[in-house]
Amino acid sequence: MTVAPEVPSAKPPTAAPHAPPAEAPREAPTRWRVAPADGAALDGHAPSGPITELWDRHRFDMKLINPANRRKNHVIVVGSGLAGAAAAASLGELGYRVSCFCYQDSPRRAHSIAAQGGINAAKNYRNDGDSVYRLFYDTVKGGDYRSREANVYRLAQLSVDIIDQCVAQGVPFAREYGGLLDNRSFGGAQVSRTFYARGQTGQQLLLGAYQALARQIHVGSVTMYSRTEMLDLVVADGAARGIVTRDLVTGEVQSRTADAVILATGGYGNVFHLSTNAKGCNATAIWRAHRRGALLANPCFTQIHPTCIPVAGDYQSKLTLMSESLRNDGRIWVPAKPGDTRSPNEIPEADRDYYLERKYPSFGNLVPRDIASRNAKEVCDEGRGVGPGGRGVYLDFSDAIARLGVEVIKERYGNLFDMYERITGENPYRVPMRIYPAIHYTMGGLWVDYNLMSNLPGLFVLGEANFSDHGANRLGASALMQGLADGYFVIPYTLANYLATAKPPPVGLDHPSFKASESDVAARTGRLLAIGGRRTVDDFHRELGSLVWELCGMSRSAEGLTKLLDQLPSLREEFWTDVTVPGMGAELNQSLEKAGRVADFMELAELLAIDALHREESCGGHFREEFQTPEGEALRDDDHFAYVAGWEWSGEKGSIEPVTSGPLPTPILHKEALRFEHVKFSQRSYK
Amino acid sequence: MSATSVTGLAGVQPAPPDSDSGPDEHLLDLTLHVWRQAGSGAEGEMVRYAAPGISTHMSFLEMLDVVNERLIKEGKDPIAFDHDCREGICGMCGLVINGVAHGPQAATTTCQLHMRHFTDGDIIYVEPWRAGPFPVIKDLIVDRGALDRIIEAGGFITAPTGSAAEANAAPVAKDDADLAFDNAACIGCGACVAACPNASAMLFTAAKISHLAALPQGQPEREHRTLAMVAAQDSLGFGGCTNIGECAAVCPKEIPMESIARMNRELLRASLKRGRSKRR
Repeated sequence: MTVAPEVPSAKPPTAAPHAPPAEAPREAPTRWRVAPADGAALDGHAPSGPITELWDRHRFDMKLINPANRRKNHVIVVGSGLAGAAAAASLGELGYRVSCFCYQDSPRRAHSIAAQGGINAAKNYRNDGDSVYRLFYDTVKGGDYRSREANVYRLAQLSVDIIDQCVAQGVPFAREYGGLLDNRSFGGAQVSRTFYARGQTGQQLLLGAYQALARQIHVGSVTMYSRTEMLDLVVADGAARGIVTRDLVTGEVQSRTADAVILATGGYGNVFHLSTNAKGCNATAIWRAHRRGALLANPCFTQIHPTCIPVAGDYQSKLTLMSESLRNDGRIWVPAKPGDTRSPNEIPEADRDYYLERKYPSFGNLVPRDIASRNAKEVCDEGRGVGPGGRGVYLDFSDAIARLGVEVIKERYGNLFDMYERITGENPYRVPMRIYPAIHYTMGGLWVDYNLMSNLPGLFVLGEANFSDHGANRLGASALMQGLADGYFVIPYTLANYLATAKPPPVGLDHPSFKASESDVAARTGRLLAIGGRRTVDDFHRELGSLVWELCGMSRSAEGLTKLLDQLPSLREEFWTDVTVPGMGAELNQSLEKAGRVADFMELAELLAIDALHREESCGGHFREEFQTPEGEALRDDDHFAYVAGWEWSGEKGSIEPVTSGPLPTPILHKEALRFEHVKFSQRSYK
Repeated sequence: MSATSVTGLAGVQPAPPDSDSGPDEHLLDLTLHVWRQAGSGAEGEMVRYAAPGISTHMSFLEMLDVVNERLIKEGKDPIAFDHDCREGICGMCGLVINGVAHGPQAATTTCQLHMRHFTDGDIIYVEPWRAGPFPVIKDLIVDRGALDRIIEAGGFITAPTGSAAEANAAPVAKDDADLAFDNAACIGCGACVAACPNASAMLFTAAKISHLAALPQGQPEREHRTLAMVAAQDSLGFGGCTNIGECAAVCPKEIPMESIARMNRELLRASLKRGRSKRR
């Protein structure tokens, strides 16, 4: 494993046989190895001291780079969403030479743009008891105690600076008549700390970052490469030193050197095929970095959003989210008896089951996302689901309309109602909406330390692509906050410290690692084009997605996960023998782009299942059927699982050749123990 | 083929406004005529495809997905088209459908247009954005980089990271904030350019100028921004506005023509003050 001596965070692989984990002996057959206990534990490098002072002290302790020397450093930023655009713009402003890459035709289109609800910040403008500490506390607790306290505290601190920065850029946040910023409560929070721009907060924040980036492109400090996809990370002499890209218009494959590489490439939700992610969202950058030695942490922590428009048919290409705010006024119900095919308005009150209000009288329809989602699945599994295929529940506004009037509802949710009608052809003012949960966000991602650096020196990972701040469950309106905190306010400091201390020596494209990466990429492309099978890429993606959703989605069991782990290798084998990818490599070829991404999802899915099987507890977005309270709530096991699971690729790291037969090489588990000194363990209760 | 010559060939029916539970699913047999062009230098042509069995619940892009799956299985080259979020916000998709940018439904991007707005037997013409500054890359995909160049020229507020004042230090009247938002809603899809007989980008440019000029934070660079962005759009080959209004009619985010009038006022104002600025 390519780990430099100054980063003792990951254990080099060893040929010695691994003993079963001493601290938690378990009988189930495992598909993983635990790294030997001596020195294998991951160190998050969080500074020590009072938590309120950590970031200030650390900022002082970190080394700086002289302004005149910054331009001697070339930094690659992959991805142009909130984290990537904020990082590229900020580093450009500081004087680094930055190259930024995105697969879309413009950096303004990254999927951050689709975030609707808002962004949290501990401004306490409402005088309602909020504080940095409370945002920190809520985030750790909401993450079900699987995040790193020091990171989360810093995130809460930086949240206030983010709002200032965005307002200065001209982000048109919602305002009161007095001209000051408006806030709302979001996702069941007891304080109003969410800033928003109608239902398009992500769009407006991204355009702010995009415009800052555009300014740097204009002055020449950032070179933008649109319609360009990263296909490999180049690790040379133990450090991340560049990437290999494919120009999506010409097909040209190129290597590029850098002093540091920043991945801000988003999450892996499209492993489920149907998700609220954009069609192009993919895990290729993080998966290939993983194949080159970067640890992938907690992949089983995936978030499901309870209020999405249900699947209409086999041709469904993606799922559309309806803002969570709808649950403030809508009531969720299904028919009380299975097989009730009457139209909703014909079902009398007595024959309806408002199951969330019944089971959770104090929170009712506002229970957290995971609870709302699991309950929807449960009633549909009982045969009480509504709409095509029976996978849907009603979200009914008739009571709210009777109470508040149609005008009030229109003012609050008009845009969302219009969107719903556009997609379904149904009028939600008259007929209850149909909703169903869908994959929305992935908390897992590449492992990073407090400096947002992976175990590979020089490889930094920001935003949804890393695992760091949300633990097992992300709170609403916190994704935008984390992306911007990482990009605007963390990476400019920690990158300088890395460059000033590691002093990466010059590296050229003639380095053997670049040659190896280029030939690996060419070989993969050639192989995909040569198969000439019978099934389309989308066909395989659909099959993969339905398997993973069924067996590793809203709830998981050892039995289901074992079944999934048995089926994935044969699906992958079939893919590599029977997929058809038309066209050539040296042209714009959307089938080829998709094929490369689906191939990576097929491998990532297996690690996702292994992680889910190994985590024998329920926490946050990871619900194991075997581990629940008598009331059916998630049952955490803090004695055995209060750690970050960082998975190491145990196969050859000198190659990214696909695994075309049999299971993945048995991955190696590295644990980072989590200590909770400020937020004490407690079990959630929403009864 | 001119973009407007095929308007009205298909019997486009808007959804009944008072429908309750929505129309039931039907299957449509359609005929598509799609612009195919191998590359930017190649000759293009309209190619006819039969598209039977299309569900009325599909989005327009899902219909193209289905057509492409069939083409691939027949060993043919699928139709290349841009798309990403498929929820009407990223601005990546955009097709001229029966002569109308983004198709028949108002305030709707191509990805949000659903097949229930078409009827069995329809003939549908599908073309890329057509404008000099948007060269075709392949089939229905065009290069809209010129829109990025306009923003790069000045469509921003210079606020380097870390330099911001406390957010509530500068109150913004709600009306101004709303005006800013209405214009900031632009998704940069380029439909306005595609619909304009002059291939003008003025609605796009005006939206950004209107957004930033409405806010106190945007004042210091107000004149420079207007001059720089207008100069950029002119130098990139976009035409001028002749008040036809096709742009606002097809805009999926309903940016109004009024924004162009505001931009013209901003331009006049900036031109009068230009002498004082040394900034390039």
